[in-house]
Amino acid sequence: MIGAAMKRIVSIKELESLRERIRATRDPGRLRITICGDTGCRASGSIELAGALEKELTRRGLNNSVDLRISGCPGFCQKGPVMTVQPLRIFYRQVGRLDRQQDINDIIETTVIAREPVQRLLYEDPETGEKITDIKEIPLYRKQTRIVLKNTGEIDPDSIEEYIAADGYAALAKVLVTDPEEVIDWIKRSGLRGRGGAGFPTGLKWQFCREAKDRSMRYIICNADEGDPGAFMDRAVMEGDPQSVLEGMIIGAYAISRGICPAEGYIYVRAEYPMAVKTLRKAVEQARSYGFLGENILGTGFNFDIKVKEGAGAFVCGEETALMASIEGKRGMPRTRPPFPAQSGLWGKPTNINNVETWANVPRIINGGPDWYAAIGTEKSKGTKVFSLAGRIRNGGLIEVPMGTTLREIVFDIGGGVPGGKKIKAVQTGGPSGGCIPAELLDLPVDYERLAEAGSIMGSGGLIVMDEDTCMVDITRYFLEFTKSESCGKCNPCRLGIRQMHRILEDICAGRGKPGDIELLAELAGVIKKGSLCGLGQTAPNPVLTTIKYYRREYKEHILNGFCPAGRCQGLFRCEIDPALCKGCGICIKTCPAGAIAGEKKQAHVIDPEKCTGCGACYEKCTLHAVRKVRPTKIRSLETIQDSVPDSRLGLVR
Amino acid sequence: MPTITIDGKRIEAAPGATVLEAALGAGIYIPHLCHMPELEPYGGCRLCVVEIEGARGMPAACTTVVSDGMVIRNDAPSINHVRRVTTELLIADHDADCLSCSANQRCELQRVAAYLGVDRRRFRPGTRRAEKDSSSKFFERDPGKCILCMRCVRTCHEVQGVGAIDIVSRGYDSRVAAFWDIPMAESDCESCGMCVDACPTGALRPKDEVLPPTDYVQTVCPYCGCGCGLVLGTRSGKIVQVRGDKANAASRGRFCVKGRFGLQFVHSYERLTFPLVRRSGTLERASWDEALSLVVRRLADIKEMYGPDAIAGIASAKCTNEENYLFQKFMRACIGTNSIDHCARLCHASTVTGLTMAFGSAAMTNSIAELESADCILVTGSNTTEAHPVIALRLKAAVTKHGADLIVADPRRIPLVEFARLHLRHRPGTDVMLFNAMMNVIVSEGLHDREFIARRTEGFADAWEIIRCCTPEDASAVTGVPAAEIYSAARLFARADRAAIVYSMGITQHTTGTDNVLALANLAMLTGNVGRESTGIYPLRGQNNVQGACDMGALPNVLPGYQRLDDPAVREKFSAAWGCSLPGEPGLTALEIFHAVEEGRIRGLYVMGENPALSDPNITRTRRALEKLEFLVVQDIFLTETAQYADVVLPGASFAEKDGTFTNTERRVQRVRRVLPTLGEAKEDMQIICEISNLMGYPMNYPGPDAVMNEIAHLTPIYGGVLYLRLNGTGLQWPCPDGTHPGTPYLHREEFTRGRGKFHPVAYREAAEQPDEEFPLLLSTGRMLHQFHTGTLTRKVAGLEALSFPGLVEVNPEDARELNIFDSEKVVVESRRGAVEVRALVTDRVPRGMIFMTFHFREAPANALTNDALDPIAKIPEFKVCAVRLRRV
Repeated sequence: MIGAAMKRIVSIKELESLRERIRATRDPGRLRITICGDTGCRASGSIELAGALEKELTRRGLNNSVDLRISGCPGFCQKGPVMTVQPLRIFYRQVGRLDRQQDINDIIETTVIAREPVQRLLYEDPETGEKITDIKEIPLYRKQTRIVLKNTGEIDPDSIEEYIAADGYAALAKVLVTDPEEVIDWIKRSGLRGRGGAGFPTGLKWQFCREAKDRSMRYIICNADEGDPGAFMDRAVMEGDPQSVLEGMIIGAYAISRGICPAEGYIYVRAEYPMAVKTLRKAVEQARSYGFLGENILGTGFNFDIKVKEGAGAFVCGEETALMASIEGKRGMPRTRPPFPAQSGLWGKPTNINNVETWANVPRIINGGPDWYAAIGTEKSKGTKVFSLAGRIRNGGLIEVPMGTTLREIVFDIGGGVPGGKKIKAVQTGGPSGGCIPAELLDLPVDYERLAEAGSIMGSGGLIVMDEDTCMVDITRYFLEFTKSESCGKCNPCRLGIRQMHRILEDICAGRGKPGDIELLAELAGVIKKGSLCGLGQTAPNPVLTTIKYYRREYKEHILNGFCPAGRCQGLFRCEIDPALCKGCGICIKTCPAGAIAGEKKQAHVIDPEKCTGCGACYEKCTLHAVRKVRPTKIRSLETIQDSVPDSRLGLVR
Repeated sequence: MPTITIDGKRIEAAPGATVLEAALGAGIYIPHLCHMPELEPYGGCRLCVVEIEGARGMPAACTTVVSDGMVIRNDAPSINHVRRVTTELLIADHDADCLSCSANQRCELQRVAAYLGVDRRRFRPGTRRAEKDSSSKFFERDPGKCILCMRCVRTCHEVQGVGAIDIVSRGYDSRVAAFWDIPMAESDCESCGMCVDACPTGALRPKDEVLPPTDYVQTVCPYCGCGCGLVLGTRSGKIVQVRGDKANAASRGRFCVKGRFGLQFVHSYERLTFPLVRRSGTLERASWDEALSLVVRRLADIKEMYGPDAIAGIASAKCTNEENYLFQKFMRACIGTNSIDHCARLCHASTVTGLTMAFGSAAMTNSIAELESADCILVTGSNTTEAHPVIALRLKAAVTKHGADLIVADPRRIPLVEFARLHLRHRPGTDVMLFNAMMNVIVSEGLHDREFIARRTEGFADAWEIIRCCTPEDASAVTGVPAAEIYSAARLFARADRAAIVYSMGITQHTTGTDNVLALANLAMLTGNVGRESTGIYPLRGQNNVQGACDMGALPNVLPGYQRLDDPAVREKFSAAWGCSLPGEPGLTALEIFHAVEEGRIRGLYVMGENPALSDPNITRTRRALEKLEFLVVQDIFLTETAQYADVVLPGASFAEKDGTFTNTERRVQRVRRVLPTLGEAKEDMQIICEISNLMGYPMNYPGPDAVMNEIAHLTPIYGGVLYLRLNGTGLQWPCPDGTHPGTPYLHREEFTRGRGKFHPVAYREAAEQPDEEFPLLLSTGRMLHQFHTGTLTRKVAGLEALSFPGLVEVNPEDARELNIFDSEKVVVESRRGAVEVRALVTDRVPRGMIFMTFHFREAPANALTNDALDPIAKIPEFKVCAVRLRRV
């Protein structure tokens, strides 16, 4: 590697010649096997697979004819471990999941030696059964436009030279000889909006920060506190293409501070991402040794450096003011704005804060030109957006699509639809405080405005697909469980209001709902949205509001009839056996904890409704789908719904 | 002035004010719970949300700064709906039994709920874990009533600079707790009680406040010289509540644990309620007639047999100005002696001599409030956070809010060091060397204020002759402070635009006390830091009225207002006013009085409210003198260690039982008001003095203390305009020469009191007693937070007593290792004058070779060890340095 003996690059010309040299050392015909080493695939054994493969290659004396490397996440997490073989354009999924040694032997014999695909390991279209060799032809990838994820899964994240070979730091080179104001203008013209969720125009944000009155210091922060448990696009970028984030930040620092004052960078990354932390630290170190960070960057006299700061596990620290408080060593609690960070941010100095995906977009925009970028997407939302597809979906993983792509395209064309022949019920976007969009609205083009109109948010970019078995009340309760415990505790509507909503939902799910609860929930949600201090509280009621809006009937069934139509809420349904389908196998009899099922062998069984507790165990076990969930026979009378306020806590308020 | 409109009403707002401040200022109520004027805006309770034209959503009024033309909607249904639901949420989660809550009727949550109207039954009730924390000696925390407004937490952080509590956990589980969730009593809490006052509900409740008061009286704290304003709530003749007086200019409603929780001594069963007379060796109950006639007869006898100078008087820094004035008037006019002194001799005599020589006036040059805007503050020989806690708040605020550089020059690692940029740990007694070296750096580097020196001062050249030889390198060898630190300190101090010097006993209680003060005065003048706001010298006075007692002439060499005895015109004025001839010879100072007793020159002594048997250095000698006295009369509220030697004990009145004035350390004359009737047969001290005087044939009759103040004002130019009518607000800072003068926040503005400021050449001298082979350690003494002086008052308060272990000696870990002493082990400290048994506290608060004791405890009197060597000019004894040895029991 050239890197080991690398000196600082002291001019733009030197960078270009280095790029040429790296590219020249590559043999385009040489086999490159890339195994995803990111969390999903790693969990299914990709690192062990890589080790075993290397050992086998060495044993057979083939190790010098193949480049084997570990990459970041190419996105197809559901089918991990995944592997690509270039230049043969072969994509293998679930390698080594059943028989690692067999898979390795086949790959070596068929692919490495004979240069043919192993049919067994190829992706199979679930609809047509057709085998697909090229990753680009897989539905998950076919409809994607990979800008941010261009390198992710392609290059070795630990090698800055691979990044340079893939046009890395070309954008910085271009920027360093451009007027900072013009750079801001480019970003403004590109229409890039903050990918952290709120969608504030990035160029304008930079301009505000550049124009701030205090001319002593500028802080450039990368918000890498990806707190939504269902989202992992930022992690994938940090672990797969960390240099692009750094390059974006250096460009931002140049545009915001050059000619005004010194600038300093921080990446605030959650400590729950140890790999991202490690990769970023290594990337910063490499960038520094190559002269992209530190004093006199590329010989242009511009100075900028970046510190990596680990968070301490609070969701609210993704909120920018809380994040800055946390960097300062205080408890991560948001404060009111104004003053905005652009005027008074970290340590009271003007600060520009963007998230990982936003920063990673920046070099691409500079390289492709603002007009190219602005041509992608919708009128008000430009470019692409990365989503983490999860839930009841065939091809879960990480995808990047142009803004304006409809939910239907995302779920069905890219995600492959809902498995198990179930019907899609809803799509939840934006993380725990996003809204649930019903199946009827699947043709909604996804951009900031349209999502907001539907009552949801772009938010983190998490996208969860729910099928007919999902109880919307229960899932709302589940989301609130998260926001309830992640509220920072500073402001009352958020701290107490979310918990109050959660308790009402708990009651409803347990059959203790009261008439008026839906209205109370809606009222509370409205107050929390209006009254809360920061984005956490202002968006946390979204799941409540959207589910009430689109699934009010389901709430009513719970409260008035004690029935959970999705058959999720325990005790709120009864199981019944369809005599036409039951073959009398007896599994349900063994399963039922209440001893409510009886029947002769090979005769249709019967469930005693008096004994059935509605746990649903028989439903889960019945392979013939003979068990149905139906309304409980006993309709709860309103008198039995007691006011749950114990007398002892009733006091007088005067 | 920006004009804003709230609900159609146009109001003027101060620039930079928040919408909430502007509204409240204009009498418009916006509901709020987390707002407190003295704290930074928080925006947490979300009850002050409003709508502002052109702004998105509902911003909080407390965090939104006004701008001209702002149009605000406040009392509108849509806004009140949001507020009401928020309040309902709070109340659903609140252990609300208002009728049995101690905060009933003063609860701010009640007020908000009443304003908005709430329905308690709509929401599910709270499920919080709500265990009371009753571990603190003084207050109780009930989390069930906590609304997490953070006022207590923010007060502890922002105002007190302690940070004992914070919010822990997250989300619904968030709650206020001490670090590691330990009980309050084990936390860093100083028990100042500011959090209790800040609490809008009943979540924090003082333990001793069972029933609310029926009456409230504004008065002044009886402890240290800060002069904090108190509002005492009384009921059925008891003080049942203590609150800070927010209108008080010195303290702004703040106080420390002693002022807040240490006033119950007034109700102590040990209070003296009738006179005592010694009959056949024991003190027995007597009638006032018997006691007073005995006093009068014995004093008259002594005067007749040995002359007036055989009688001496010790006045009291705890009594009012009026009482001290009458006391010295009695001694001078009725007895006919100038041998009158008080405890100022033991604390700031060297300040009086030193600053008078340098500036012409010995008082603190500037005001307490100005400290907050100083750019650099040198604190030396003052453990401010423990001895003057409320002034320490200004120092902390100067650092945390204003960004001032704090330099602490103190051998001990005192708590203030946490806030300091530099800590110079010089050897006790080497202060002059340290300051001379700092001045050496300043002049060598051209950082001195040449213009100020030339225009306003004299004698610089002489002083320079000494200073030029004191290089930081030489000083380093003597003081033990690295030369680099001396350089840094000098530069920090000299480069600051406004630099102030704060000092206390660590500077004054030396045989070189006057020199120390002169060196500091030189430093202030050298850098031009006198006569401007937020500069100057702050000698912190240790007792509530030590400044006043000096002002009133309870000193052997001056008459009231520092008018010189040796000035015939002055003597003539007083002779005429008092109708008597005045002795012209200066009298004896406090310690000289006791030394004169030994020689038989003093035979009778009248002690009012002082306790030399514990507070004097080398108390063995003092106690011998007390025994030797022919006649001792002690007037006090408790049977002090001194009173136990008396022939007659007269029961006086505490601060809560009389009217009058105290003068705090910043020269502020403030009103003390009667809160309670006198106890039993006890009388006001003023009345006792007058009765004795009348019986001795010198009539003193005043209808009340205001009449005494009128006489003081008439005779004392600096108090010329101090009249009771003018003292109802924030008091007056002297000099206040006439009835229209507004008082003087800082001195020496255009010129020094003596004309030009005078530099004095001061060379370093060693302390009188140095460690040697026999006594290898150096002992220094001082105060602690929870006790005061000889404990006469504080040790009667159970809570304070529980917080302070009597008799600890701080020993450096390395010394402890060498001496084979373990923490908490019993040890004996011995000096040439005595021995004391105490327990060792092994801590690096003290440097090697030095040990430290407080002087509060009669069980372990540090003053049995201290040296009674005197400063040659000020006659102040050297409490701060003596040679001792330490051994295990």
